[in-house]
Amino acid sequence: MSQSRRILAVHAGRESVSPGELIDVGVDLVLANDITAPLAIEEFNKLGVDVFDKSRVVLVLDHFTPNRDIASAEQCAFVRRFALEHRIEHFYDGGEVGIEHVLLPEEGLIRPGEVVIGADSHTCTYGALGAFATGMGSTDIAAAMATGKAWFRAPEAVLINVTGKPGPWVGGKDLILHLIGVLGVDGATYRSLEFTGDGIAELSVDGRLTAANMAIEAGAKNGLFPVDRPVVEYLEGVGVKVAECALEPDEYGYVGEMSVDMVSLPPQVALPHLPSNTVAVGEAPRVKLDQVVIGSCTNGRMEDMRVAAELLRGRRTAPQVRLIIIPGSPRVYRRSMEEGLFDIFLDAGAVISPPTCGPCLGGHMGVLASGERALSTTNRNFTGRMGHRESEVYLSNPAVAAASAVSGTITDPGELR
Amino acid sequence: MSGEVLEGRAHKVGDHINTDLIIPATYLVSKDPVELGCHLMEGLDPDFCSRVEAGDIIVAGYNFGSGSSREHAPVAIKGAGISCVIAASFARIFYRNSINVGLPILESPEASAAVSEGDLLMVDLSSGIIEDVTTGESFEVPSYPEFMRKIMDAGGLIEYRRSELSGG
Repeated sequence: MSQSRRILAVHAGRESVSPGELIDVGVDLVLANDITAPLAIEEFNKLGVDVFDKSRVVLVLDHFTPNRDIASAEQCAFVRRFALEHRIEHFYDGGEVGIEHVLLPEEGLIRPGEVVIGADSHTCTYGALGAFATGMGSTDIAAAMATGKAWFRAPEAVLINVTGKPGPWVGGKDLILHLIGVLGVDGATYRSLEFTGDGIAELSVDGRLTAANMAIEAGAKNGLFPVDRPVVEYLEGVGVKVAECALEPDEYGYVGEMSVDMVSLPPQVALPHLPSNTVAVGEAPRVKLDQVVIGSCTNGRMEDMRVAAELLRGRRTAPQVRLIIIPGSPRVYRRSMEEGLFDIFLDAGAVISPPTCGPCLGGHMGVLASGERALSTTNRNFTGRMGHRESEVYLSNPAVAAASAVSGTITDPGELR
Repeated sequence: MSGEVLEGRAHKVGDHINTDLIIPATYLVSKDPVELGCHLMEGLDPDFCSRVEAGDIIVAGYNFGSGSSREHAPVAIKGAGISCVIAASFARIFYRNSINVGLPILESPEASAAVSEGDLLMVDLSSGIIEDVTTGESFEVPSYPEFMRKIMDAGGLIEYRRSELSGG
């Protein structure tokens, strides 16, 4: 079995499951946010039961918070009442809010071998820590909140063999943008992306979280990394004690195998309007940028803040470029402040936002006007994703984003003066 | 939802129609299907919704419903009066969301390619036959797996789980 199906089989009380089987699976953690929880709660209330486990339901008010408008305030109030009434142990509100997929790993809520479902498509992030994690809709989440179960179609797996040490300014974002470019936005639909190879050891845990986060952008059900020494140490740091666990080969074979040599991979940029429109940064058009966003569930972690600061130190953003930096969680926020990164960001002319999904989905805190162009470390560059239908979003890693904020156009960080 | 015959005009859309196009995120502050339906496909074409009549059918290309997990997408489609979606293929989360909320969806690359904008379609959900009344062509869609049919016959996932919870 693939590692993904192995985890599902254990949670279905089965010896094994074959690809394509429809199975009912016990879930370890059920997540929703201020956009998806209201619908889930409405459906949940129809069942007239309590939640299956108050410690295994997680609610994070992260998308349109701090409240954007009256309508979003009402949604948050609705979720808040539910969380208090049902004594949800992991309810994140106010100053405890982080972007969910940055926050949950830091909170020690993600454990290898567990099954995590979330009413958010980027729930697949947690595969970087060896969990089977996938996004679903509100009704699936409602049913799981009540029963602790969800149905799955057991996925085939695609094996991704990562080799070599990445060059400067290259990381997990470039690995996954490159893969999406090769696979296409539906190239892995219904499938697991399972990562293996000696190149994984060269990727930080933050970089792996970034890569797993965007597995959905190739249509994948989940992405999964081995639990090696760095993951074990990361988890120890957040109070979770586990053993290392390699990915064992799938005896059914893989439906696809791909290799990525990180040594020769340049920083990647996805051009509008699909994440699969990837080119090397040097081949990206030299468009004039109006806004640069560094943050999100994809790139709002400590490594991302440090990389951005390294390039922004002693430099200023180009005239008419609005640079918005969004530390992804209260921990990332505080640590960035303690390390002096906020001084660098402010001196560079950046706006520092509280942790929120905000501009990534055109919610608030940096919405684009018609004709405007943004370079963003987020995960989607669909038409209108960050604002007006006639705006454009380019995707990149934080180093390219920071360098481009300084030059005013899409720029290879290695060439920044 | 099985057993019904649906009839409506085709509204054609292309490949990779993602949920940001179906219902832009800024409107996700409502749970009301009709209100959400007023903004259907606004990301693609602000006038789309005004052309939809009750019962009409969306005919899409590959990977319909990709992107965000927002269930507001199938809810908005239903709320606008669309009776079903036919696509060459569906994204995974959209597929299960549609089953869970009772929006009929049919996967048919053949129908997706053959049907033209404005064609009158008849869809027999029990036999899985799509008929293009305008051209006289018809297309057969493989039936849903039994597990999914049980969910649909129960009236959606919540009703299905309710019968389980009550030991039924």
